Amino acid sequence: MYLTKEEEAIYNGEHGPTLQKMMEILVALGDIYGADRLIPVKSAQIAGVSYKTIGDAGLEWIESLEGKAAVPAVLNPMGMDRDAWADMGIDRQFAEKQEQILKAYEKLGIKAECTCTPYYLERPKFGDHLAWSESSAVCYANSVLGARTNREGGPSALAAALVGKTANYGLHIRENRYPTVTVRVKEPIHGVEYGALGYVVGPRVGDGIPIFDLKGTPTEDELKHLGAALAASGSVALFHVLHVTPEQYILPPDRMEVERQELASEDDWEVPKRYFLPRNKIEVDMGGVRKLMGGQAEPDLIALGCPHASKEELEAILTALNGRHVKKEVWVCVGRSLGAKNKAIVDELRRHGIRVIYDTCMVVSPAASRFRRMMVNSGKALKYVPSMCGVDAVLGTTEECIEEACR
Amino acid sequence: MIYKGRTISKGRAMGLALVSKDPISFLGGVDPKTGDVIERGHALYGKNVKGKVLVFPGGKGSTVGSYVMYQLKKNGVAPAAIVNVRSEPIVAVGAIISGIPMVDSLSVNPVEAIKDGMAVTVDGTSGTVEV
Repeated sequence: MYLTKEEEAIYNGEHGPTLQKMMEILVALGDIYGADRLIPVKSAQIAGVSYKTIGDAGLEWIESLEGKAAVPAVLNPMGMDRDAWADMGIDRQFAEKQEQILKAYEKLGIKAECTCTPYYLERPKFGDHLAWSESSAVCYANSVLGARTNREGGPSALAAALVGKTANYGLHIRENRYPTVTVRVKEPIHGVEYGALGYVVGPRVGDGIPIFDLKGTPTEDELKHLGAALAASGSVALFHVLHVTPEQYILPPDRMEVERQELASEDDWEVPKRYFLPRNKIEVDMGGVRKLMGGQAEPDLIALGCPHASKEELEAILTALNGRHVKKEVWVCVGRSLGAKNKAIVDELRRHGIRVIYDTCMVVSPAASRFRRMMVNSGKALKYVPSMCGVDAVLGTTEECIEEACR
Repeated sequence: MIYKGRTISKGRAMGLALVSKDPISFLGGVDPKTGDVIERGHALYGKNVKGKVLVFPGGKGSTVGSYVMYQLKKNGVAPAAIVNVRSEPIVAVGAIISGIPMVDSLSVNPVEAIKDGMAVTVDGTSGTVEV
């Protein structure tokens, strides 16, 4: 891999041992994946935050580093709400270790904002290169916003944050971003059905790049749930939606002849709709997908906000409450800044008995495992809750979840 | 005999070879306190990695494995050096953050060319392995 003089100097330790290690990580990964050079990133989002995951070794490593982030950097959700851990039933020892980890990151100039929706803090622009870790955030940035990021591991995202660069491979390169499989859904779908669709299609797509041919136009929140579930049940890091997501219209002229051969039929080729649909197809039976929903529920926890809720989703919960006070335990997970920015809505939700928790979630918090059955409105949570918390999960719409909470 | 390979993690170390035909997951595969290989059915099950030049095809399993390697180093039971057939990110990153010299992509298959107990010197900086 080609390094500039300055990068070479960092690699040789002329800027101190921390940056040297970080550069070694970037170079090793670049060599493994065949990158030609390093490219600047606009921001980083770093996994490896929960004490449950990285343990004392991870903590010690982060504490041993010195330096300051070269680009804006935030963290992945952690095991608890920094201010409300006691309320969540987290023990003191865990909380202290968790706090130590946050402090170690803060010392490196990384914001202790622990969210899987960093795009609500600062929305990346089309074509921006990023170094993000969390699978649903990666999927959203690539697919919905047209930014470019691979799914970084914790140390490599941290390296990118401190150096301000990442290796140029994978999804940073346009030619690696074309769709590989067409997914056709023949009837209109709404809300939670997008998460359910992702849950069902993910394993069939694997690490491919699907392009969805849908009836109707999904909202950004619906795309968020589709991507989060695709990333959780498969390992999708980029998807396209015909006529909706930003990237399918930018096929370069020199690729057009190639693409033309892969068209489903000649009729699909209409300028200016310069998309193509790969021949490899998945036809989705929504009847089967809907079977994921509406079973016998009887949950003892209703948990919303996976990925972390948007302002619109908070409003939808408030609307569904319609003035009622919840009778069951209800969590809504959001990023701290988004909560602070929408304090009026958050206060209102809390007044109705809902626990709005910051910077953690039902999947990563050890506090979730004391429940028996969780009702969620997210395909991603449906996938992860049983395996990661050892808790049964059922899927419902936001409205059904709130009805159940008020019953 | 000196084999030329590729630098993954810099530094130089020597030790006796411990060769595995199976990939290694450090998370759940190696006890971070003792360096014992604890994955049942693994080619190295029951052996210890401490001070060895660990030769194996590549990593597998969870990315947390990188931190387990760091823990091994802190506990003084890490391998002295690592030689992989094809390196992948988990072990590569683990070796770098732990300061364990590591080389991959040799001109020969190291899992076949190197035998258990051979004295091996790994120079991660120049990307060479001397047997």
